[in-house]
Amino acid sequence: MNRASEHFSPLQRVLHWIMAVCILAMLFIGVGMVSTVMPKYLTLVSIHKSLGIAILALALIRLAVRLRYGAPALPLNLPEPMKLAAVLSHYALYALMIAMPLIGWGMMSAADYPIVIFGGWRLPPILPQNDSLHSLLWDAHYYLAFAFFALVLLHIAAALFHALVRHDGVFESMASVSTDHEAVQPAE
Amino acid sequence: MPDSRRSLPYGSLALIAVIIGAGASVFAYTAGWFSPQRLTPNKMVAAFAPPGGPDLGHRRNHAKGICFTGTFDSNGAGVELSKAAVFEKGQYPVLGRFNLATANAHAADPTVRVRGIGIQFSSPDGQVWRSAMIDAPFFTVSTPQAFYGLLLASRSKDPDAMKTFIAANPEFANFVAWAKSAPWTGSYAEEPYNSLDSFVMTNTDGVQHVVRWSLVPKATVVPVSEDELKKRGPNFLEQEITQRVASAPQRWTLVLTVANPGDPTADPTKEWPADRRKVEVGTLSVEKIEAERNGPCRDINFDPTVLPTGITTSDDPFPAARSSAYAKSYDLRTAEAKDYPRTAPGAKP
Repeated sequence: MNRASEHFSPLQRVLHWIMAVCILAMLFIGVGMVSTVMPKYLTLVSIHKSLGIAILALALIRLAVRLRYGAPALPLNLPEPMKLAAVLSHYALYALMIAMPLIGWGMMSAADYPIVIFGGWRLPPILPQNDSLHSLLWDAHYYLAFAFFALVLLHIAAALFHALVRHDGVFESMASVSTDHEAVQPAE
Repeated sequence: MPDSRRSLPYGSLALIAVIIGAGASVFAYTAGWFSPQRLTPNKMVAAFAPPGGPDLGHRRNHAKGICFTGTFDSNGAGVELSKAAVFEKGQYPVLGRFNLATANAHAADPTVRVRGIGIQFSSPDGQVWRSAMIDAPFFTVSTPQAFYGLLLASRSKDPDAMKTFIAANPEFANFVAWAKSAPWTGSYAEEPYNSLDSFVMTNTDGVQHVVRWSLVPKATVVPVSEDELKKRGPNFLEQEITQRVASAPQRWTLVLTVANPGDPTADPTKEWPADRRKVEVGTLSVEKIEAERNGPCRDINFDPTVLPTGITTSDDPFPAARSSAYAKSYDLRTAEAKDYPRTAPGAKP
């Protein structure tokens, strides 16, 4: 047995690709905004907050969908270290998708900054003002962002490795546009 | 099944490496790692540091200050310009901080030319409006980049650095002229405080106006010579405002100045003509003074882009630059909280 036995459900595929765009945008906006004093700083920060909350909501929906529908089995002949890497990296991706927006929200709360998203909707603080909490969360947000981006690159590299080198159907299980999630698509 | 005896698919592996390398490079470019000339908040904030290094745990500029609390009595006139709740007739709590425009948290009061105020108005809808203003009637330079240049020139060892800077930024000569000629006063209560930056106000009908605002003191302004001030001691401003507010609340009128079409809204060095419409929207009463070290202003970043619904930034580039730099300053000083001379909660000041 050389190929994944099925596709992710269409809902999972749609969520994955929407979130892929959102998360990549988020990471680029994040490093871009903290490196400029130009007027675009305010625009980028504003998008970053709104998009962060959107990602949190999508990630929670996605986690629920994943728990409900599961995931296609990995190919049986995938070497054990790669299987382990696949499983662990997906735990890490889910953890970061949910934790990063919460850390950002907490960091803003601990600095007593109002949190305005989508042009006027105000979120309540989730923590009281506190210097050491703010510093801790700021450091966590900063360093985890780079870890997140590294993990995204690893994820893309692994996906391309499945698609271009192993031809084992793993890439197609998420990339296929087919609405049928039972049938196996021939890889080539 | 991949055949281990077959040669590795070098083409595919190279393609993957190129894609990942390109992604990482674009990320690094976005972060500014290939753009050493980019003006970042880190560089801006670092440029404020005096030769001996910054005062750890303190704001990186306007480092010396004292907290106040009080009320804003809104007369309702501001509703015409902005739908912000704070302009509806009523009383709103205010907290703030009188301060000196210096990076030295221990500067002697008579040595600092520019005085400022950080202020936060709160409204019952939970929104806050923060503003940081100074007593000068116009700003030093026209752009954040020029301001960075001013910081570098003022710290430069090159004796011609300031001359070169003024030649390239002639508007700074106006500020120098103001600094040399404007009278000094002996009190924070006698200073006007000006937003200098312009903002856009939107009323309930959606009509927008570009405005600047000022706090105009009700106290009588008594000019005092610089030499006389130097005799009053290093903390005379803090002592004076503490005693003065203890005996009576100190008041300012909040005045909105409305731009005419075509007025220079993006350049805080350019004053608007004196005949521009001014709307008095209420009275600020400062009722209590507290030392900063355990006072209510200590943990507040008076970021001028913290605005209620009904006020937004304009085409003035400074509020964005200030927001980015103030955030950096806040991140630094909160990380250095152990270096800040706090008093234990409950301790007698």
